[in-house]
Amino acid sequence: MDLNIIWFVLIVVLFTGFFILEGFDYGVGILMIGRSENERTQLIRSIGPVWDANEVWMITAGGAAFAAFPHFYATMFSTFYLALFLMLVALILRGVAFELRGKFSNRDWKLIWDSAIIFGSLVPALLWGVAVANLLRGLPIDSQMHYAGNFFNLLSPYAILAGVTFVLLFAFHGVTFLSIRLADERILLDLRRKGKYLGAAAWIFYIAFIIASVFETDVMSKFVGVIIFAVAAGCLSASWDFVRSGKQCSSFVATTATVALTTVGLFVALFPRLMVSSLMPEWSLTIYNSSSTPDTLFIMTIAAVILVPIVLGYQYWTYKIFKDRIKPI
Amino acid sequence: MDALILSRLQFAITTVYHFLFVPVTLGLSIFVALLETWYVNSGSYEERIKLKKLVKFFGTIFLINFAMGVVTGIVQEFHFGMNWSEYARFMGDIFGAPLALEALTAFFIESTFIGLWIFGWDKLSEKIHCLCIWIVAFGSNLSAFWILVANSFMQHPVGYEIQDGRAVMTSLFDLVTNRYVLGEYSHAFFAGMTTAGFLVIVVCAWKIATDEISREMFIRTLRRAVLYSLLGIFGVIFSGHMHAQYLATGNPMKLASFEALWETEDPAPFAVVADINQDARKNDAEITIPYLFTFMVHNSFSGEVRGINDLQREAVEKYGAGNYIPDVRGMFWSFRIMVGTGMLLMCIVFIMGILSFFCEKKLREVNCLRCALKFMPVLLPLPFIANSVGWYIAEAGRQPWIVVGLQKTAQAVSPNLSSGEVWLTLIGFTGIYLILAVVAVFTAVSFIKRTIINEEAES
Repeated sequence: MDLNIIWFVLIVVLFTGFFILEGFDYGVGILMIGRSENERTQLIRSIGPVWDANEVWMITAGGAAFAAFPHFYATMFSTFYLALFLMLVALILRGVAFELRGKFSNRDWKLIWDSAIIFGSLVPALLWGVAVANLLRGLPIDSQMHYAGNFFNLLSPYAILAGVTFVLLFAFHGVTFLSIRLADERILLDLRRKGKYLGAAAWIFYIAFIIASVFETDVMSKFVGVIIFAVAAGCLSASWDFVRSGKQCSSFVATTATVALTTVGLFVALFPRLMVSSLMPEWSLTIYNSSSTPDTLFIMTIAAVILVPIVLGYQYWTYKIFKDRIKPI
Repeated sequence: MDALILSRLQFAITTVYHFLFVPVTLGLSIFVALLETWYVNSGSYEERIKLKKLVKFFGTIFLINFAMGVVTGIVQEFHFGMNWSEYARFMGDIFGAPLALEALTAFFIESTFIGLWIFGWDKLSEKIHCLCIWIVAFGSNLSAFWILVANSFMQHPVGYEIQDGRAVMTSLFDLVTNRYVLGEYSHAFFAGMTTAGFLVIVVCAWKIATDEISREMFIRTLRRAVLYSLLGIFGVIFSGHMHAQYLATGNPMKLASFEALWETEDPAPFAVVADINQDARKNDAEITIPYLFTFMVHNSFSGEVRGINDLQREAVEKYGAGNYIPDVRGMFWSFRIMVGTGMLLMCIVFIMGILSFFCEKKLREVNCLRCALKFMPVLLPLPFIANSVGWYIAEAGRQPWIVVGLQKTAQAVSPNLSSGEVWLTLIGFTGIYLILAVVAVFTAVSFIKRTIINEEAES
C-alpha cells in the first residue's frame, strides 16, 4: 500500500469521525426546532462538553486534506466558495451561541441564540450533503484543476436530495443519541414518537439517494461500494426498528453504523478520485495527481499514526466522564 | 476592485479580527490557570470560596473570548483554500503540514479539555480540573506556535526546494527551527501575556472603583496582574528588539521599510518622524537622530544598514523587473504606533503597580484616585491597537510577496472567483463580525458588572 492510499484512508477516517460526532451534534441542534426553552436547554446540555471537540474533527479533516492533497483542498474550497461562506456563517453563529445563550436568563435572548444553533446545525448538515454529492457526481473542473462553473452548478436536484438526506439522517442520529443522553421521560417519549416518522423519512430519502446515485454517478462500477450502501440502508432500517421498540443503545449504534458506512461508501465510490471532473474523466483530482510529495506524506503519516490514537483516547475518556444522563430541569 | 484586492482586504479584516482574541486566549489561559493553582493550594474555607469565584469570574471572560477566537479561526483555515487556492497548491506540501499538526496536536486538546474544564467542576478532582486548564493553556500556545511556523516560512522560506513549480518540503526540522519562528513566537507569546494582563488590570481597576463587596479580592488580583503584565511587556520589548536585529539579515526590506530608510547608510540615523514620499522613493522631510538606527541594529555606532532603494535594485536583479517595496508609510507609522502604545502601556502598568502595592489603603477609601479608576476601560483598546498594527507590519512587510521570494500575492488568488462573490463574502464577514463584537462586549461587560466575589457559598 502506498502512502497516497494510507492518506486516503486517513482522510476517510477523519471524515467518518466528523460525520458521526458532528452528525449527532447537528441532529441535536435540528431537533431543538419547536421545543420549549426548558427542553432546548436539556438538549444543549447533552452535547455541551463535547461539541467543540467534535467540530475539530472537521477542522482536522480540512487540515489533513491540505497537508496530504493540497490540490484537492485548493479546488474543493475554491469551488464551494459561497457554500462554504454560508457554512462558516452558520458555524460562527452556532459556536458563539453555545457560549452566549446562558449568559442572560432573558427568554428572548435564549430564543435568539437557540435559533442560531438551529440554523448553525441545519445549514452545515445540508451543505455537507450537497458537497459530498458534488464530489462524486462531478463538477466542471478544467485541465488546470480550476472550477469552471458557478454557484448554481452546485445545486443540482441530486445534490439537493443528498443535502436533505444528510439533514434527515443526522436528525435521526440525533434522536438516537438523545435517547441515551437524556433522563427526562417526557422528552424521551416525545422523541420516540417523532423518531418513528423521522426514521421513516430518513429511510425513504436514503433509498431515494442511493437510487439517484445509481443514475447520476458511477457508484455501480464498484461492487464493494454497493454492498456498503446496502448494509448502511439495512442498519438504518434496523435503527428505525430499535427506536420503535425502545432499544436505545442499539438504535444509537445502528445510526452510528449508518453514518459511518455512508461516509466510507461515498469515498469508496470516489476512490482513487477525490473530485470528479464532469468535463473530462482524466481531469478529475485523484489521490495521485493532487497529493503532496512522498516525504511530506511520510512525515505526516508518522504524526497521524501516533496522534490520532491519543486523541481518540482522551476523547473517549471525556465521553466517559460525561456519561451520566442529563437530569431534567 | 478586483477579486485579488477584495480577497486581500477580506483576509486582512478577518485575520486582524481573529487576532483581537488570540492574544487574550494565549495570555488569559495561563493567567486563569495560575489563579486556579492559587485556589487549589489555598487554605481557609472562606478564602477558597472567594478564589473559586474569582477563577470562574475570569474563566467566564476567558470563555467568551475563547469562543470568538475559535469561530473566527475556522474562517482563517478555510480561507487558504477559498480565496488563495493557487497559494494552497504552491505551498500545500509545506504549509499543510504545520496546519494539520496544529489541528492534531493543539486544537483537539484545547477543545476537549476546555469542555472538561467548563463542565467538570463537580466531576473531576480539584487537581485534575486545574490540570485541564493548564492543558488548554498549553494547547492554545502550541497552536500559536504551529501557525507561526507556517507564517515564518512565508516571511523567510527554509527547508524547501522547488519541484515542478511547487515548493516542496525537504526538512520539517528546518521549518520548525526557522530562526524567524523564534522572533515571531516569542513576540506573540509575550504580547499575549501583556494583552491579557492588561485586560485583567482594567477589569480589576473598574471593579475596585465600583464594587465594594468584591474590592478586596480585586486588589489582590490586581497585584498579580501587574506582575504578569510587566513580565509580558519586558518580554515583548526584548523579543521585538531581538527580532528587529535579526531582520537586518532575515528580511532587510521589512526592516528598512518600517524605519523608512531609503538609502543604505553607515552609520544609519533613526527617523523619529518622516514625511514619506513612496512615489519618489525618499522622505520629503524627516527628523532623525544620528547613529541611532545603526546602534539599534549592530549594538555599536558603526555598521551598515541597508536601504530600501538598494534592496529594490537587488530584488530586480534577482527576481526580474517589478516593484518590491512594501507600503512604507503604513509600515513606518504602524511601527511608531506599536512602540508608542507599548511604552504607554508600560507606564500605566507601572502606575497600577505602585497603586496596588504601595497605596492600597487609598484604594479602599473614597477619593478622586479611586474615581479615576472607573475610567480605566477607556484605555483597554491600547494593547489591541498594538497587536493589530504589529501584524500589519509583519504581513504588509512581505508584500508584494505572499511567500517571500517564491510566490507573489497576485499569483496566489483563486482564479475562479469573481469580484461579486468576494464582495458578497467581504460584506458578509465584516457585518457579522461587527455585530458579534458588539454582542460579545455587551455580554462580557454586563457579566463583569453583575458578578460579585464574596464569601457566600454558591447555591
